Amino acid sequence: MVHLLTIIAASLLTHNIALTYLLGMCPFVSMSRRMNTATGMGVAVIFVVTITAAINWAIYHYVLVPLHSELIYFIVFIIVIAAFVQLLEMVMERFFPPLQAAFGIFLPLITVNCIVLAVSLFMILRDYSFAATVVFAFGSAVGWTLAMLIVAAINERLKLIGNIPQGLAGIGIIMIIAGIIALSFLGFGGMVDVR
Amino acid sequence: MANNRLLSPQAIKTLKQGATKEHPLFVVGLGICSSLAVSNTVNNALAMGFGVTFVLIATAVIIAGLRKLIPPRARMITYMVTISAFVIIVQKFLDAFFPTISEQMGPYVGLIITNCILMGRAEAFYITNPVSYSVLDAIGNGIGYSYTLLLLAVIREILGFGTLLGYRVTPESWEKWVVMSMAPGAFFLLGTAIWIAKSINQARDSEEEGE
Repeated sequence: MVHLLTIIAASLLTHNIALTYLLGMCPFVSMSRRMNTATGMGVAVIFVVTITAAINWAIYHYVLVPLHSELIYFIVFIIVIAAFVQLLEMVMERFFPPLQAAFGIFLPLITVNCIVLAVSLFMILRDYSFAATVVFAFGSAVGWTLAMLIVAAINERLKLIGNIPQGLAGIGIIMIIAGIIALSFLGFGGMVDVR
Repeated sequence: MANNRLLSPQAIKTLKQGATKEHPLFVVGLGICSSLAVSNTVNNALAMGFGVTFVLIATAVIIAGLRKLIPPRARMITYMVTISAFVIIVQKFLDAFFPTISEQMGPYVGLIITNCILMGRAEAFYITNPVSYSVLDAIGNGIGYSYTLLLLAVIREILGFGTLLGYRVTPESWEKWVVMSMAPGAFFLLGTAIWIAKSINQARDSEEEGE
């Protein structure tokens, strides 16, 4: 139990997947220009990351390991992720059209979001149990969303002031903001120690 | 004949575009994750640059070669399977010949799969162009990506560790900027680099308009 709590604290704050491992940066940059798109993307990512990590854990431990085919786990994971996202899109279209209208556009982008794959790869590298995997996946996705929301909020404010040098507008300023936020997140370091 | 075609103006333009004007990282903003994460030391950057270039070229050959056979609906999944297969080769190669680098890079080698440059180039170029141009485009993009990574890595390794390729280059009195070897340094440096690149591009564009 304590172990699980440590994992969630680490993945949220001290080892934030966006600000420490620098993952999921492409959607981070494109989505953090506006607050509401950032929120939509965040919710979609939390859902997809948690579930695909659980599915991938089961497939790795119950299919690939008994068959001694760990070699191909990259291919298997990426196909699982792509298939799951596709399935989710179809289910939402059929049964929850309002949800589809709100989150539909974010789903295809998630397949190439590195954090979905990264969480699955970390879980193999660190040899997590099933419970630890789910907690870690959920915490990482929430931490990523948190970081993106902070950056999006600051970015929206900055636009109102509007004194950004021309060359720095867009990606550049988001990088600088993210750097400052990452610096402040370093302050959480040492709170929990987890591999 | 083939040689002539490879040296035609269009071929050279294709090659150059990836490395300058359509630079994946600075101009299009693709492949940011990996470039931030592995640019802390020059060794890692070299391994990543070679890895991405290799996978790009291999994907270009396969996708451009099979472009008439790939059904449009199955495009994405074809790209993914092709890319993952070559990434596994890169991972196994690093494991076998450079185990320390492989260990340091951890999951980032596997994450070449989701490097947007690969999917992006496959969708934008290889699926509609012949093999020869696709390979040139792959080399151009690979070089463009690698030299950026290397540039960031050289700055970060010197400032953060005081070394270059593991050898000490700064005097003993040098105070290490530890933050440069960590995440915030990566953000600041890339932000600044994008700023410079964008300003240069803008200046060049306005000059061209003036002519």
